[in-house]
This record gives sequence, structure tokens and C-alpha cells, in this order.
Amino acid sequence: MSTLTTQVIDESILTKLKLRFSSMHNQAKPILLPMIGVAIFLFLWTLASSSINTSLGKFPSPAAVATQVHNLYTEHNQERDKAAAFYQRQEERNAKRVAQDPSYEPKIRAYTGKETFVDQIVTSLITVMSGFILAAALAIPLGIAIGLSKDLNAAINPIIQIFKPVSPLAWLPLVTMVVSAVYVSDDPFFAKSFVNSLITVTLCCIWPMVINTSVGVASINKDWDNVSQVLRLPKSKHIQKIVLPAAIPSIFTGMRMSLGVAWMVLIAAEMLAQNPGLGKFVWDEFQNGSSESLSRIMTAVIVIGFIGFMLDRMMQKIQYVASWDKSSASL
Amino acid sequence: MSTLLNISKIDMVFPTPKGDFTALKNVDLQIKKGEFISLIGHSGCGKSTVLNVVAGLYQATQGGVLLNNKEVTAPGPERAVVFQNHSLLPWLTCYQNVELAVIEVFKNKMSRAEMKDWINHNLKLVHMEHAAHKKPDEISGGMKQRIGIARALAMQPEVLLMDEPFGALDALTRAHMQDSLMEIQDELNNTVIMITHDVDEAVLLSDRIVMMTNGPAATIGEILHVDLPRPRNRIELAKDAEYNSLRSSVLEFLYEKQRKVEPMPKKKAIENTSTTEVA
Repeated sequence: MSTLTTQVIDESILTKLKLRFSSMHNQAKPILLPMIGVAIFLFLWTLASSSINTSLGKFPSPAAVATQVHNLYTEHNQERDKAAAFYQRQEERNAKRVAQDPSYEPKIRAYTGKETFVDQIVTSLITVMSGFILAAALAIPLGIAIGLSKDLNAAINPIIQIFKPVSPLAWLPLVTMVVSAVYVSDDPFFAKSFVNSLITVTLCCIWPMVINTSVGVASINKDWDNVSQVLRLPKSKHIQKIVLPAAIPSIFTGMRMSLGVAWMVLIAAEMLAQNPGLGKFVWDEFQNGSSESLSRIMTAVIVIGFIGFMLDRMMQKIQYVASWDKSSASL
Repeated sequence: MSTLLNISKIDMVFPTPKGDFTALKNVDLQIKKGEFISLIGHSGCGKSTVLNVVAGLYQATQGGVLLNNKEVTAPGPERAVVFQNHSLLPWLTCYQNVELAVIEVFKNKMSRAEMKDWINHNLKLVHMEHAAHKKPDEISGGMKQRIGIARALAMQPEVLLMDEPFGALDALTRAHMQDSLMEIQDELNNTVIMITHDVDEAVLLSDRIVMMTNGPAATIGEILHVDLPRPRNRIELAKDAEYNSLRSSVLEFLYEKQRKVEPMPKKKAIENTSTTEVA
């Protein structure tokens, strides 16, 4: 009898302990597992980097990348200080000449120092967002029009299907030539290199957005369409009140897809065309060929990945706020 | 009373890749103002097709539908539909769903304040004023259907069309909804056509039960007049002799005269073809 009781008690304690352990386990999981994953990755990376020798020295280790992050940031600050000093000198000089000769019109020249890593990041981000927004402004109305009209879809679909698989990089030489021929201005508001990169990004963003928007519009719930018909909603109100909200989840799918691809393509385009941005930074470092180049490139690789991740996260957050279908606004 | 809605000898033929499919043949029905009509029949017999023709979502191949002696050619709010799957817009709150209909129907007839009162009045009618500012995803299936009914009622339709409105609900909720509908009907005395495959529901709610034969080329088999006094109470009626005889005549029609004989393998084959078409 007594052995039986102890056994029962033992079992109940055991289950309690198990429960407590598993609940602890569940709480720690979302933080612990990624940390373990990152730690293993860093370890393997360190191991691999010490055994790979290139003509530019050893493959950069995580420690080398960490040093470069610091260096690149310091260089950026130094460059900013230099620029500030330049502008101060220029101002003083101009003030002096105006004091001597009141009719003198001071000339203000921009600082022409080297673009730092941070500047290149900013350039790339501005380019990708501008191209993306331009693509959305073109693609979403076009996608809605195609989704609403079977005839229009039949007419445009072959063109989309043919241009969709083309890498925007193949367009790049054509874009460059056309921009330099057409975009002629003595005092251009945008640099030509910016326009080239922007059009390349737009070309790669446009197709996934058009396709996803049109599919979302065409596959609208028949019941919602019937509601609109029973209410005799005019076409403009039908699009505004029914079609657009119904297609929002697909529109966001298209936008997230294209922003991811756009970021990848932009870096490649900047490398290829020597347009300012992160791609140019990577290419310049490669051409530079110093002992620090590889670790600087590796830093850029990680920053590029991190920014790509943040861009998608940002879109996800916007989608969560803007879309009624919260379940589709997940990773 | 004169005829409000005249479904005049309609045929409905759908073109399919394998040739024409006659869904309805010579469906003829006259409905008076304030009548509650149930359409009952086996699934696939074309009940929904009749409703869609009346709604104007389909055009009859032969014959036509007259509302107040005017031919129905397109959908419109004077023939409001309560759809089977509530069909509320998920991005709008319950209030906004009703509002969309009210604004469209009464845009030149009501002021903003009147519209607001009218929307709240209709939400109150279906006992849903407490959930006015919830999204459809946040309320139960029965509540969604109530909002669907409120939206249809808010259009002040001449004919209210209901396509298996309670088909997707559990039995208890369904009974609740039927009681609510009778209550509303007492107050508003709408002209209603309701599709159902629930025999009790048909007898409980209707003035006339229209029983349809099996398709293809389905038509009206029999019409049963239900003269039970209103208000009707489901518990009292359960013991009522007339109620039970009406009920058994519907059952007799459905399971003896129009028994659906479908060999299993054939049914499977039909299902397969339909799925491939969808894919």
C-alpha cells in the first residue's frame, strides 16, 4: 500500500516538473534558439576564415568585420568634420570679400570629398525607395485595370510574361543610353546615375506588382462583387470601396516580393554601372585591393543583408496597419 | 391583393463545353405583397438559380421576372439579397457595412443624421447594436448573418431575397435566428423569398412553400399553403396536428416523390470533373 502511494506522489511530482520545464523551455525558445544559431554560424565563420588565404590576405573573420564597422564609422565622422571645416572656411572667405567689396557676389561651392560608407547606404536606400514608389504608382493602377478587364488582360499579358523574366541588369545599358540622350538639362535636378539606378529598380519592381495586383483584383470574392451589384455601386465607387480593399493583401504580397528583389538588383546595378551606392562601395573596395578590402566588402555584405531584412520588416509593419487581413501580414 | 412579383415562365439554360445545360424549365410563380415564400428542394435543383434570376444577377433564357409590372434586367437594392455566406466586407465594421448600403440607396433622400438613425435602427432590429463597431471577423457566424439581414433590410427592399440564410449555422443559433426573423417580419411585413433545405424552417416561417423538382430542367412541383396562425411558436407547433401534417407533406414530396437517386460512382466522377475545372 505504502509503495503504491509513494509511486503515485512520485509520478505527480514528475509530471509537474516536466510541465514546468517545458513551459520554461517554450518561453526561452524564441530568443535562445536564434542565439544558438548565430553563435554556431560565427564559430564556423571564424574557423573557415582562418583557413582561407587569398591574394588579398586571409578571408575576413567576424573580428575583422567588427573592426571595419568601427573604422567605416570613424571615417564617416572624419569626412563630415572635413566638410564642415570646408564650408566654414568658404563662408569666412566670402564674408571677407563681401566686406572689402560690397558688390561681390559670393560663390558657394559644394564639398567634393569622397563619399563614405554611410553616404553610400543613404544613396542606395533613397534610390531603392524612389524606384519602388514610382513602380507602385505605375503598377497598382495598371494591375487593377488588368484585373477588372479580361480583354485588357488578354492584350497585355503576353508583354508582361515576356518582360517579367528579364533581369533588369540586361536593360541597364539601354537605360543608360536612353537617359543620357533624353534627360538633358544644364542643371539637372537628379543626377543621371540616380535616374539610371531608379529606372532599373522600377523595371524590376513593376512586374511582380502588376501580376499580384491583377490576380488579387480578378479573384475577388464573388459575393462581394454581388453585393456591389445589388447596391448598384458606380464603377469608381466599386473600385474604391470593394476592389481596392479586397486586393490589398495581394498588392502587399507583390510589393514585398518586388522590394526584396529590387534591393538585390540595385546593388548589382550599382556595381555594374558605377552608380553611387553600396554596390559602388563594394566594387571600389575590390578594385582598391588593399589588405582591408575584403573585410570592408564583408561588412558591406552583412549591412546589405541587414537592410534588406529591415526593408521587408518595414513593409510587413505597413501591411499590418493597412490591411484588413492580418493573417497575411506575417513573415 | 394584387401580384407584386411575377416570375413568369422562366427557363434557364447554361452553355457548357459539353452542350447546353437546362437548369430551370418553365418556372412560374406569382407572389403577393407581404407574402413569405420558401423555396425548398434537393441541392442542385436550381433554387439558387431562381433567386439569382429574381435578383437580376442572372438573366433568364426564356420568360422573365416582373416587379410591379416592370421587367427586372439588372440587380438593384429594391431586391436586396441576404447571401448564404453573409458576404460582409471584412475591412468594414458592422456599422460601415450597413452604412455602405444606406448611403448608396438613400443618398439623395436622407440627411447624414437621418442615415445614422436609420442604420442604428436596423442594427437594433437584429439585436446587434452592441457590435456595431466590431469587424465581421470578431463576431460569430450567427451575428454575421444578422448584420447581413440588417444590411438587406436597411435597403428597404420591395422583395427580400434570402439564399439559405441560416444554412451555415448550428441548430440552436438557427432556431434563434428564425425567431428573430419572425419577429422582424411581424413588424415590417416584408415580401420574402427564402431558399432553404430545412423542412421545419420552411413550415415555421412561410405562407407558401414552393417545392421544386430535381434538375436538370427543374420546375415547381407543388405549392403548399401554410395557414397556421401567427405569431407562431415552435414549441406549441411541435404538437400541432396541422403543422405536423404540413411537415409530412413536404417530407413526402422530398423523399418519396422527388427522391434523389444518384449512384455513388457517378457522383464521384462529377465531383472530379468539377475540381479539375476549378483548378
